[in-house]
Amino acid sequence: MDITRVDQIIDQHRGEASALIQVLLEIQEEHRWLPQAAMEHVSERLQVPLAQVRHIATFYKAFSLVPKGRHEIHICMGTACHVRGATRVLDTVQDLVGIEPGETDLDMRFSLETVNCLGCCALGPVMEVDKKIHGNVSPGDTAGVLKSYE
Amino acid sequence: MARLSTPEELEATRREILARRDPGAPSISVCAGAGCLASGAAEVIAACERELSRQGLAAVVATRGTGCPGFCERGPVVVMHPDQTCYLQVKPDDVPEIVSSLASQTVVERLCYLDADTGERAIRESEIPFYKHQERTLLCSNIEIDSKSFEDYLAIGGYSALARAVFELGAEQVLQEVKAAQLRGRGGGGFPAGRKWQGSRDAPGDDKYVIVNADEGDPGAFMDRALLEGNPHSILEGLIIGGYAIGARQGFVYVRQEYPLAVQNIRLAIAQARAHGLLGEGILGSNFSFDVDVHQGAGAFVCGESTALMTALEGRVGEPRPKYIRSNVKGLWNSPSVLNNVETWANVPLIINQGAENFTRLGTETSKGTKIFSLVGKITNTGLVEAPMGMTLRDIVYRIGGGIPGGRRFKAIQTGGPSGGCIPEELLDLQVGFDELAAVGSMMGSGGMIVMDEDTCMVDVARYFIDFLTDESCGKCVPCREGLRQMSRILTRITQGQGREGDLELLEILSETAVEASLCALGKSAPNPFLSTLRYFRQEYEAHIHEGRCPALYCKRLISFVIDPDKCMACGICRKECPVDAIEGAKKTIHVVDQDRCTRCGTCIEVCPARFGAVRKLSGEALPAALPAEERALADRRKGP
Repeated sequence: MDITRVDQIIDQHRGEASALIQVLLEIQEEHRWLPQAAMEHVSERLQVPLAQVRHIATFYKAFSLVPKGRHEIHICMGTACHVRGATRVLDTVQDLVGIEPGETDLDMRFSLETVNCLGCCALGPVMEVDKKIHGNVSPGDTAGVLKSYE
Repeated sequence: MARLSTPEELEATRREILARRDPGAPSISVCAGAGCLASGAAEVIAACERELSRQGLAAVVATRGTGCPGFCERGPVVVMHPDQTCYLQVKPDDVPEIVSSLASQTVVERLCYLDADTGERAIRESEIPFYKHQERTLLCSNIEIDSKSFEDYLAIGGYSALARAVFELGAEQVLQEVKAAQLRGRGGGGFPAGRKWQGSRDAPGDDKYVIVNADEGDPGAFMDRALLEGNPHSILEGLIIGGYAIGARQGFVYVRQEYPLAVQNIRLAIAQARAHGLLGEGILGSNFSFDVDVHQGAGAFVCGESTALMTALEGRVGEPRPKYIRSNVKGLWNSPSVLNNVETWANVPLIINQGAENFTRLGTETSKGTKIFSLVGKITNTGLVEAPMGMTLRDIVYRIGGGIPGGRRFKAIQTGGPSGGCIPEELLDLQVGFDELAAVGSMMGSGGMIVMDEDTCMVDVARYFIDFLTDESCGKCVPCREGLRQMSRILTRITQGQGREGDLELLEILSETAVEASLCALGKSAPNPFLSTLRYFRQEYEAHIHEGRCPALYCKRLISFVIDPDKCMACGICRKECPVDAIEGAKKTIHVVDQDRCTRCGTCIEVCPARFGAVRKLSGEALPAALPAEERALADRRKGP
């Protein structure tokens, strides 16, 4: 990641230490993960110990410390989706892509995550790929959905 | 529109906006909430705009993307103004017909709600049973206004409550009004808002804060998002009034980053309010100054807890802290801070405008007003429901929710999110209210209601919530961090058929410890899902442990799928659809499930044509022997031996 871009983000928040989480969120949003160099730079500029930056980066779910695959699969495990069979969808997707939630495959094609609720409970079970929502998916549908993402 | 520097200017602007508008002018509102967007609302809006300009109506008919009116089940929802005709499940292809109906003043009946019982169509939104039995004081504005339009909010009376609070009532009177309304926090605990505010107002200190808790983390709950996305100004107005009442100069909106549209809309609302003199120095020309910042949460359920949220606002890891002194006295940066949930704040302008008496007209003895519930799970009409406090669960599930789909039987309703509990059928006549729900071992929480039918395994539900909370525990207190992990292990074992004697007692001990010895509400209430399911569904736990049987036929390790050889017609659908090729068979050959390969995903039972119904689930009983290969020819068997 370009360090000058990190600087820009920090400047937008006037370099205030209390903006640490907001700064990290913006880096995550743009870069899709937090490289060590970026965290070190944030730590220096905001005058916050690196240990605290890492504490935040590991505590909150929005952050990733490893690069993400080209496509991000989110399986909703909210209660409504759960009672409508989300676990079976997840199991099938895990089998298909060969990774568990939180992992990225070796080809960097897919990253798989579970999320707690996407708020589209009427469409459950819901699977989101690259922010596109696929509603009412059955385990059998998942292979067809994933096929279109290379 | 210029900066409004007196309340009279605000009213003049409102009159001017209303004068410009013809209440009889036709317009099309399309729900642009997350649920409808996922079902294709954006395409419908685009199609409306395209079609209106094609038919030369673009100048006279406006199209609005609005907030969520609640009927997510039948999205995308389209409402035609002024006659309130409501179209459901609209596709872009339906749009030309809808637009043409404007000119011919007809109704596209096939898109209107069809009552399955009577066979009649409901033309207007208010005639649809889902809406008819609701009491919509907060959600009703969502479909009327463009959530990004400041003018639209003024047109429905926006910011008149703020002007009244500052110029007519004064801070003390505002506080008395909120107290008299008996407004209780809509986010979980149900703490009286007036008392919380009073504490902050009386607390010493110059810097005081008011905060909107929009870290809606309960899975299956999305009412706060609907309000933030659909009517952000109403929350902002409530917050400004709250700030005025307690003497704060700064407010915060803590909103989860998983809600990008909500973040965008509330930011826009703040910018608009600032530009018009409703935020900033000397609001509406008074000597009251107040401003608001938005903070995004980074994904931590525990940050919905008040002290954790404040710690997160300070830019640190969101861990709760002890509340020896309440945060309304010593909260954010050790200053008096009032934290209320989105829905609580949205109620404030209503109370100020219509008076406490009007607000307390609805509700039970101790819970007043309305509450928005997100009614989800195994329910016919999934969506957001605003019901008066005191309505029975039965009315919510059956009259509004339309009952359980697929002719299945109701089993339980889970309220209050992960910290809530499951309420069984025999308690369905319970009136909803903070204390009523607590009395049966559940809670109001933020208003999630998840309906479960006979196919839902209650042990698995308990495992699900305990797993969720294990994952979300911040790790500070041992009983929550370690205790929940052990509970999760034991429950997982039970669902896998490896339950042991004494497991339930052990779970009860762990629960008691977590309740007694955790610092915050997350840990203290975490065992609720287990305790309430044990209280009402003990026999299900016992069947898992003693018989290795899942009565709901849900737990994967305890069930098998088999094909009934007498019913299988060798259509081959299950064989083709099976994601792991676990079904053996061929043309005119009875199909058999290979139990070793089967992952119990349930695809075969879903795709087997209903007229055959050949696939069934078994649990706790011996599998019938697979048909020998030489007897599988369909023709032979049908002819008989």
